[in-house]
Amino acid sequence: MNESRRAIDARGLACPEPVIRTKKALEDGGFDFLEVTVDNPAAKENVTRFAAWSGCQAEAEETGEGTWKIIIPTKAIGPQGLPLPEEDCGDQSTEVEPQGQVAKESAAGATVLISSDCLGKGEAELGALLMKGFIYALAEAEQAPKRIIFMNSGVRLVIAPSETTKHLLRLAEGGVEILVCGTCLDYHGFKGRLAVGRISNMYEIASLLLEGRTFSV
Amino acid sequence: MSEHAKLTHHTRFSGCGAKLGPAVLDKALCGLSQPSWPGLIADFSGNEDAGLFRLDDGEALVQTVDFFPPIVDEPWLFGRIAAANALSDIYAMGGRPITALAIVSYPTKELGLASLRAMMEGGLDALVEAGCALLGGHSIEDSEPKLGYSVTGLVHPDRAWRNNTIKEGAVLILTKPLGTGLVNMALRAGVASAEALEASHASMARLNREAAEILARYRVLACTDVTGFGLAGHAAEMAQGQICGVRLFYDQLPFFPGAVEYASMGLVPEGCYRNREGRLSSIRDPQAVPPIALDLLFDPQTSGGLLAAIPGEEGGKVLAELIAAGIDAHIVGETGGPVGTVDIVS
Repeated sequence: MNESRRAIDARGLACPEPVIRTKKALEDGGFDFLEVTVDNPAAKENVTRFAAWSGCQAEAEETGEGTWKIIIPTKAIGPQGLPLPEEDCGDQSTEVEPQGQVAKESAAGATVLISSDCLGKGEAELGALLMKGFIYALAEAEQAPKRIIFMNSGVRLVIAPSETTKHLLRLAEGGVEILVCGTCLDYHGFKGRLAVGRISNMYEIASLLLEGRTFSV
Repeated sequence: MSEHAKLTHHTRFSGCGAKLGPAVLDKALCGLSQPSWPGLIADFSGNEDAGLFRLDDGEALVQTVDFFPPIVDEPWLFGRIAAANALSDIYAMGGRPITALAIVSYPTKELGLASLRAMMEGGLDALVEAGCALLGGHSIEDSEPKLGYSVTGLVHPDRAWRNNTIKEGAVLILTKPLGTGLVNMALRAGVASAEALEASHASMARLNREAAEILARYRVLACTDVTGFGLAGHAAEMAQGQICGVRLFYDQLPFFPGAVEYASMGLVPEGCYRNREGRLSSIRDPQAVPPIALDLLFDPQTSGGLLAAIPGEEGGKVLAELIAAGIDAHIVGETGGPVGTVDIVS
């Protein structure tokens, strides 16, 4: 049987970059072994740890002076690089269930209205951090909302590619509808800079807010 | 917020994690000496948090400098943390900061002036809170942003807190949780939770002033602040005195939410490994310590807490007073064992 391999050259990269690349590759999947080449002991240790955290015992071999190749068998890794519960590496007896889908359906109907780029009242610095974290948490949550609506200064969160728009894109790919107030974009001069979602108007937004469960943040 | 570029995307290392490793530094400074100036009390030949220079019988200068690349993405917060971190060395000596000078390196074209302005505002905010006057500074064009301060304070020459003057029977109190390096790595990897960021950012931005003022009401045998070398690294310096070593309780270590998970995910700063390598010889039986505990113990802290040795009988009272002031303080160890060793016990 042929075993497919994928190689990552993480030499010259500072931590946590080698771990990030390993994580991304494992999330993409489509191979049996991942080989990560690193050139510093911290990266070697960190990539090995990440593999273990993902559910597999990786092996690191020194391939030259100060260079290591870490070989990660991927067979026991679930979607999104998440470790499978109570399963040993190489044990293929358990079927892999796609994670999250059942739970996502049960959250159908909930609308999240984001009308500020800060979460809560208080220091703007903190509020922005909290909002960033909130959207990340939404993307990670088992129960995704049906839609997210951005209004007022909330539109700042969707006008330029960022960590936050990445998480929102992930949500959008999972079927979450993302709506952005057109008037608000115009007001801030953000027209044409939308990084995720589609432009909507007050009429549509108002009817959607009245349609079902709405959480305002 | 969104007008500012994300600062940590412009640097290779973050905060105090960018510090040269202790092994390298020891090697470079070994044997370096200067004349014995009459006023000099503590210089680079020791491991003090700041230098000490006697002005007269009632007053000594306490001086420090600390600067580093961004540990957070937000310029204002970075400025605030950089100043809180620099001021901390003065507080760790029992001193009162009076003046500061800023040190800035900055890529003007890439990051723009608004972020620089926000950094300086954040720094000034902390200095004003500390009652410390900003006298000026120096800036250079550089590909990587860095910010810090040289801070001057005053202390009574006989009442400065040294870091290695511990005695048997003391408890070690730490005034901030651990894990700023780990949380920063998670931030860079895009997996840090809002909870972790909130806790570590608030902690780094907080001055050690109030903690120092509370400690000053009691008998402080020795004090240092936990920064780039991590808790165990700074505890090792504390153990380099005349009388005894220290013991750290690894199951009592306070840490930020998420820090342990990030360590097990391999989001461990290079500085943490460097610290471990440089100071492992001071640790008694490191093999017996759980690896995750070692990560927390050696995680380079930016604007970390004070680590103070307080006589055992007063420890409870000090802790209670710190906690009542809203300080997340914990007893993390005690003095004892052979000079020069850090024993990590449960």
